[in-house]
Amino acid sequence: MSAELTAGVAQWLRRIGGAVTGAASKLGFASRFLLAVLWHTPGAFRRMHLTLREIYFSGVLSLVIILMSGLFVGMVLSLQGYETLKRYGADEQLGILVALSLVRELGPVMSGLLFASRAGSAITAEIGLMKTTEQLAAMEMMAVDPLARVVAPRFWGGVISMPLLAALFSAFGIFGGYVVGVRLIGIDAGAFWGQMKAGVDVWPDVTNGIIKSFVFGIAVSLIAVFEGYDAKPTAEGVSSATTRTVVMSSLMILALDFVMTVFMFRGASVI
Amino acid sequence: MNRSAIDLWVGIFVAIGFGAIIFLALKVGNLVTLDSTPGYHLDASFDNIGGLKLRAPVKAAGVVVGRVEAVRLDTKVYDAVVTMRIDRQYEFTKDTIASINTSGLLGEVYIGLDAGGDSVMLKDGDRIKKTQSAVVIEKLISQFLFDKASGGAAGEAAPVKTVEKPAGETKK
Repeated sequence: MSAELTAGVAQWLRRIGGAVTGAASKLGFASRFLLAVLWHTPGAFRRMHLTLREIYFSGVLSLVIILMSGLFVGMVLSLQGYETLKRYGADEQLGILVALSLVRELGPVMSGLLFASRAGSAITAEIGLMKTTEQLAAMEMMAVDPLARVVAPRFWGGVISMPLLAALFSAFGIFGGYVVGVRLIGIDAGAFWGQMKAGVDVWPDVTNGIIKSFVFGIAVSLIAVFEGYDAKPTAEGVSSATTRTVVMSSLMILALDFVMTVFMFRGASVI
Repeated sequence: MNRSAIDLWVGIFVAIGFGAIIFLALKVGNLVTLDSTPGYHLDASFDNIGGLKLRAPVKAAGVVVGRVEAVRLDTKVYDAVVTMRIDRQYEFTKDTIASINTSGLLGEVYIGLDAGGDSVMLKDGDRIKKTQSAVVIEKLISQFLFDKASGGAAGEAAPVKTVEKPAGETKK
């Protein structure tokens, strides 16, 4: 009886241990993968058109979804914010509310999530399929390093695109907020922009938002290329790798956002 | 898609991306903050700073002339010592009065500077002698109620008395 129980507990512990060591080894692999990508970056940048092509695919082609989402998020923010601020008679402060929410949080996070599902999944599927159809192996046979030729350009394409997309998301969101707040609801345009200018600081707000989006870009791009490179070379493996990219990137964005917010904006509210 | 078309689109993307960043910096934020311009520091001690926060504006006649840079407690006299950074182009007289004000009932707390008629100007590191503490609304209300209760029917003049006390007479 007790021997059976011990065996059961041991089995259970073994399973936990297996999961932990599996996660740790994957984390180690991902870290070494990042170092390898960085190591091959100069080689990849020597053929700049490869990176430009990836900026086109992950940045330019994401523009429509990012801009439309930004516009609508800004408009909804303006409507909802106005309803709440009106209760305190502070509806003139709408500009601050819209701008700070977008620049600090919604811009980087929403565009990160959209980027992960729009571009990250595509990168994973592409690299995973290249692996499945043995294109990566063929490249190695031709003495072309797939890390320099395939992975590094996609990684840097994402890292470069992400802050620009986040800034565009915030800018269009603020424009959407302006359209609803000033044109539709009828808040004074001078108060809207003036309060915004007085309440938003370039260093703590705008710059930290850009830093956030840059970090999200690194995280999402690394997860996307890594999952693609690490995918099982089967149709099923590629599909589960693509799913993992979206899930992991989204969780990573939200977790990193919390951590960075704690460090960035803690000082602003506490003296 | 050939290479030059891709280059063109990436160029457009990067250009409008940087345009958005510049828009955020100039139109949304105040890039021309007073932090970047040269400034000098002034100290002022208050009995009570109320809800004054770091980086709160320092205004003279409604114009922002600087920011609050540090707040600490002087444990000798238990006063709050506020260090302000003032834009160099604005100079204030030696007898300037610093007061802590609130814009509106729920608005932000700021330091107001009222220049006097002295001919000597304040220099970097100087201390403003005349200050007026923050009006704590809770104290104001409780004092008002207290006076109202103790004054009874004759307490018509009581509100005037209550208002002037917590507003803090200028101290030397």
